[in-house]
Amino acid sequence: MSRTYLPLWITFALVLLMFAAGASQFDGFASLRVVTNLISDNAFLLVTALGMTLVILSGGIDLSVGSVIALSGVAAALLIGPYQWHPLLAFALILPCAALFGAAMGALIQYYQLQPFIVTLAGMFLARGMATLLSEESVAIEHPFYDAVAEFGLELPDGGWLGATSLLTIALVLLMLVLTHYSRFGSYVYALGGNSQSAQLMGVPVARTTILLYASSSMLAAMAGIIFSFYTYSGYALAAVGVELDAIAAVVIGGTLLTGGSGFIMGTVLGVLLMGLIQTYINFDGSLSSWWSKIVIGALLFFFIALQKLLSHKWQHKAGSKA
Amino acid sequence: MSERNNTTSQPVLQLRQIDKHFPGVKALQQAQLSLYAGEVHALLGENGAGKSTLVKVMTGVLQKDGGEMLLDSTAQSFATPKDAQQAGISTVYQEVNLLPNLSVAHNLFLGSEPKRFGLIDKKAMAEQARQLLSSFGLSIDVTAPLSEFSVAVQQLVAIARGIAPKRGAACTKVLVLDEPTASLDADEVQNLFQVLRQLKQQGVAIVFITHFLDQVYQISDRITVMRNGCFVGEYQTASLNKAELIAAMLGKELSQQRHQAPCVAVEQADAILSARQLCSGQSVQQLDLVLPQGQAVGLAGLLGSGRTEICRLLFGLDKADSGLLSFAGQEVKLTDPAQAIALGIALCPEDRKTEGMIAPLSIRENISLALQAKQGWWRLISKKKQQQLADFYIDKLQIATPDADKAIGQLSGGNQQKVILARWLAVEPKLLLLDEPTRGIDIGAHAEILQLIRQLCQQGMSLLVTSSELEELTAFSSKIVVMRDRKKVAELSGEDLNPDRIMAAIAGASV
Repeated sequence: MSRTYLPLWITFALVLLMFAAGASQFDGFASLRVVTNLISDNAFLLVTALGMTLVILSGGIDLSVGSVIALSGVAAALLIGPYQWHPLLAFALILPCAALFGAAMGALIQYYQLQPFIVTLAGMFLARGMATLLSEESVAIEHPFYDAVAEFGLELPDGGWLGATSLLTIALVLLMLVLTHYSRFGSYVYALGGNSQSAQLMGVPVARTTILLYASSSMLAAMAGIIFSFYTYSGYALAAVGVELDAIAAVVIGGTLLTGGSGFIMGTVLGVLLMGLIQTYINFDGSLSSWWSKIVIGALLFFFIALQKLLSHKWQHKAGSKA
Repeated sequence: MSERNNTTSQPVLQLRQIDKHFPGVKALQQAQLSLYAGEVHALLGENGAGKSTLVKVMTGVLQKDGGEMLLDSTAQSFATPKDAQQAGISTVYQEVNLLPNLSVAHNLFLGSEPKRFGLIDKKAMAEQARQLLSSFGLSIDVTAPLSEFSVAVQQLVAIARGIAPKRGAACTKVLVLDEPTASLDADEVQNLFQVLRQLKQQGVAIVFITHFLDQVYQISDRITVMRNGCFVGEYQTASLNKAELIAAMLGKELSQQRHQAPCVAVEQADAILSARQLCSGQSVQQLDLVLPQGQAVGLAGLLGSGRTEICRLLFGLDKADSGLLSFAGQEVKLTDPAQAIALGIALCPEDRKTEGMIAPLSIRENISLALQAKQGWWRLISKKKQQQLADFYIDKLQIATPDADKAIGQLSGGNQQKVILARWLAVEPKLLLLDEPTRGIDIGAHAEILQLIRQLCQQGMSLLVTSSELEELTAFSSKIVVMRDRKKVAELSGEDLNPDRIMAAIAGASV
C-alpha cells in the first residue's frame, strides 16, 4: 500500500520543503497571496497536465498539447476580435473542435496501431502550423466579458485572490480526480496502462477508451489555451512552445509511471505546484537566473525516474520471490 | 470417477466437425468436443495438435470455418471473446491475463464494478471480492495491487474472475483452463484442484488443458485426445491407462517403419560431450548424459518433460547450478551462447518463427548470420562469399527457391527449416542440437531432413535431436534418452530402439 503512494508522499514532502525554504529566507513568501498566485500563474499548465496524466496513465504520450493551446488561443482571439463573436460562443466552438482533433489522433493510434509519440508529434506540427496560418501576429483580445471575468473572484485574507480561472482550474481538478479514480472510464485507462492485451481479453472497450482519452487531453489543452488567453489578453501562434514537455515533467514529478498504469491526479497537482514554487523562489531571490528552474526541474526528473526504476524493481523482486 | 450419472442429459456445450484453416495449414479438421455440466474434461494432445485453436474457436477468439457449436442445444457462434463470456464461457489463459497494476478486487470486477451515485463503490467492491475469494480459501488484502502476489494466487484470482458474475452476462457454464498448473508447485496444484472440485459441484463444466498426465488422472472425469488438428478419441479417465493415453496422443501407426542400424556401435565411439549430475533450477534435474562422437542421440519425452531445457542448457542459454559438463575431453562451464558457439556447439531452436529466422532478410543473409557472428562482426563476410555459401547449401539441402535473395519469410515451413539448418551447418559445429527439427513441415521435407541427419553423422558430426515423433527418432538415433518430469528416466539402445519401448519408458513403469 505504502509503496503505491510513496512517490506521492515524496513530492508532497518536497513541496513543503520548498515552501519552508522560501518562507525562511524571504519575507512575504509564506502568505496566501503567494499560494493563490501559484495557482493562477500555473493554471494553464495544470489543466494541460491533467489531460497528460490520463494519457500517460494509459501508457501513451501527447506531444500536441502545447500547439493546441496556441491554436485555441489564436482561434479565440480571432473569433472574438475580427469576427465579433461573443467569447462564450467562441469557446463553445473551440472546445468540441479540439475534442475532435484529439479523437482523430486517438483513432489513428488505435486503428492503425501507430506509436502515440509519432501521431501526436504530427498533431503538434499540424496544430502549430494551423495556428500560424490563422495569424502570424499576436492578436489582442478586447471584450467586456474578459474584463468582467478579470474582476470576478474570491477575495481571501492575507492578500489572497482566487480569480475566475483559478476557480475553474480547481473545479477541473476535482472533476478529473473523480473521473480518474472513481469512474469506470478511469479504471479502463489504468487497465490500458497495465497491459492493453489483458485489458482487451478482460472485456475493456479498448478502442473507445483510447479515443476518448486523447479527446479529453486535447479538450483540456484547449481549455488551457482559453485560460491562457485570460492571462495574456491575446492569442499568439508561438505561445506555449514546449508546454507539453513541462506538462510531462509535472506528471512524472507527481509520481506517475511513464510506462503507464500507476499514478494519481493529486500527484500531478503537486508536481505542478513544485515546479511553480521553484520559479517563485527564483523570482523572490531576484539574483538567480530563471534558467535555474530548468536545471532544478531536470535534476528532479532524474531523481524521480531513478526512484520509479528502483520501486518497480523491488516490486518485481518481491513478487518473484513469493512465486 | 464419472459423476455424470444420468447419461440421458444433454451436453452443455457441444462442438461438432469443426474445421479451421489458416493460409496453407489445416489447423482443425472435423474436431469435436462434448462437455457436460459438472465434469472436468481434459483436452490433451502434443504441441500443434490443435487444442489451443479449438479453445480459441470455442471462446470467440477465432471463427470456425465449418462445423457447428451447440450451447445448451442451440447453435451458437461467437464473434468476440466478449460474446462468449456473455453466453457463459470463461477462459483462463496459461499466462495470467490480468492487470498487475490494479487491485485484486478491481481485477475481479473490472467492467462490472458495484456503483453508488454513479461512481465506483470501492468499499462494496472490496467486500464482494473478499467474499468471492474466501470461497476459494483465499484471504488476502484485496485492495493491494495484484503484482504483490505470487503466480499461484494470481492464477486463483484469474479463475475467480472467470466465474465472478458479470454485468449483463449469463452465469458461467463452461470454464476453460489452459495449462493452469504450469507455474504452480505441488501444494498450489492441490489447492487449485480443491477449487475445481467445488466448481464441479456447482455444475460448471471445466475444460482442463495440461501436459502433466498425473494431474489428468487426479482431477479429470473424461478425456478428449487430439492429434494434428483431428479428433482422436473421447475416453472415460477411469478406464484408460496411461500407456493407452500416450499411444493415443503420439499416434499408434508406428512400428511399420523399420529402424536402421546406427553406423557405429555406441561403445566404440568417444564422447564429444558428457554431463554428470547436471542441474539447472527447476528445469533440469541431475542429468547424466553422454553424447558420442559422430552419432545422433534422440531425446524423447512429452512436452514439458525437460527436452527443450536440456538443449538450452547445453547451448549456454540457461546456466547450470551444479554438476559437471565436459566437451571434447575438457571440462567447461557454459555461461552464454557465444561461448558455446566458440566451442563448436550450435542450437537449432524449437520455434523457428520466433527464435530462429529473421523473416524479412533473404536466404543468403539468414544463412551467413551465424558464421558472421562466430567470426566477429569486424571481419565482414563478403557478399560473394555469402552467395557461394548460400548457393552451396541451397544445392546441398535442396532448398526450393528461385534464388538466394528471396526473403525467408516467403518460403514454406520445410524450406525455412532447411535454411536455419544451413545457417548452423555453415559454422561447421562439432555438436549440433536440433530441437524439434521436423515440426510443422510437410512429409517430403521431413524425409529429407532425416536423410540429412544421417549424412551429418557419417561426416563425423555429433547431434542431439529432440522430437515428439518416436518413429522419426528411431530412424537415425544410435541411442535415445527418455525424459519424464524433468528427469532422465531411461536410455535405450540396440534392441530397445523401437517406438513401443520408448512409449513404455515415457509412460513409466506401469506398462
